[in-house]
Amino acid sequence: MVILGGGVGGTIVANQVARQMSDDLKKGTLGVTVITDSEQHVYQPMFLYLAFDQVVPSEAKKPERGLLHRYVKMVVGAADHVDQDQKTVVMTDGTSVPYDYLVIATGSRPAPEQVAGLPEGGHLFYTEEGALRLRQALHDFEGGRVVITVGVPHKCPVAPLEFTLMLKAWLEAKGLGQKTEIVYTYPIGRIHSLEPVAQWAAPVFDDQKIESHIFFNPEQVDPEHKTITSLEGETLDYDLLVAVPPHTGQDVIGRSKLGDAGQWVPTDRASLRMKGSDDIFVLGDATDLPISKAGSTAHFEADVVAANLVSLLNGGLGSVRYDGKVFCFIETGLTKATYITFDYLNPPKPSEPTEMIHMFKMAYNRLYWLTPAGLL
Amino acid sequence: MADSVKIVDGRNSFCPGPLMELIKGIRQEPVGTVFEVWSSDAGSAKDIPEWVRRAGHELISNTQDGDVFKIQVKKLK
Repeated sequence: MVILGGGVGGTIVANQVARQMSDDLKKGTLGVTVITDSEQHVYQPMFLYLAFDQVVPSEAKKPERGLLHRYVKMVVGAADHVDQDQKTVVMTDGTSVPYDYLVIATGSRPAPEQVAGLPEGGHLFYTEEGALRLRQALHDFEGGRVVITVGVPHKCPVAPLEFTLMLKAWLEAKGLGQKTEIVYTYPIGRIHSLEPVAQWAAPVFDDQKIESHIFFNPEQVDPEHKTITSLEGETLDYDLLVAVPPHTGQDVIGRSKLGDAGQWVPTDRASLRMKGSDDIFVLGDATDLPISKAGSTAHFEADVVAANLVSLLNGGLGSVRYDGKVFCFIETGLTKATYITFDYLNPPKPSEPTEMIHMFKMAYNRLYWLTPAGLL
Repeated sequence: MADSVKIVDGRNSFCPGPLMELIKGIRQEPVGTVFEVWSSDAGSAKDIPEWVRRAGHELISNTQDGDVFKIQVKKLK
């Protein structure tokens, strides 16, 4: 069994299978290999806090080897492509890793370059490098007009709201509230894709005097004149531009010819098998499913994939189904938070933000490492 | 249905939702592509045509098939 990707979803699958099949792994009748391009496992939600100088980069990383079950083999390197006929993952160094079952857990990557001028003119908090650059920009900020823009598709769908509300509270605490104008833009006809969340957030924005522009899909940034123009034809001035950038699937998916034009892998929404395949599972951001690209999605999908792999390896049919479950904390400032949970059939119902939920989120940021370990 | 129509299956998608799925498709496919969005949300029958108008694409049809709303859109630019 080979897992392509050492993020949260891939690591959970490896550890859950290894724990339940440890005798087979010990005897050598089963092999579980994780292929990852980095020795470090990164907890990406920390980058939001990194931008506000609340954590440092080392708090977002731990060695992947230390998170993996001792019987799981880890290969560090770049995968060139998946050869479905030969049932191998071919690495860029020419070596091959054969599989009977393959789990594609390659995630997604921010693609700010898809919006002309955005890499030069804007900031993002979706990478360590980007969050550190934004941290410096916020540290140096003395007031002005901040525009927040959102590309499609993007991961962590509550991040635009979280960043906006945290920024508002951070500016107030710094004494810059009266000197700053916050302009929030969103691609569709309300301020969040989830209607109950949009209904909750709209009066909060009104109360906090956050200006919002809907039907705004970023198309072009002019770094010299500090303007951003949407594909709908609206242009906004900014002093500081912060983007939730569009994302794309990984290039290894494109080179393997497994994905669509965006390098997302066609996936059955219940079985999580790649469409047209019995031996390839897909989870997390890598799928083409119309659900949130979020760590919790990968987590709940990984539970299903691991259960099905254990079933198949033991002679079962592997018929556990994913119900579309997603869970997201929503930071609503620097001291309060709420949360939402939903699935394919049941919409979310955000509750009133509380300090307790914020503290729970803070605690989870430290407990996170138990999740890839397959314990939480 | 023509073979060239790309289905955007946004049924039971609360987040990102059918319109965001259509925007994703329009961003990654070439000019001239025809999309058919499937949505179980009645709001899509209003929101999607509104965005299509603002973005300068063509609304081909907007129909209801049982519980599913089917909206065809052509990418024009």
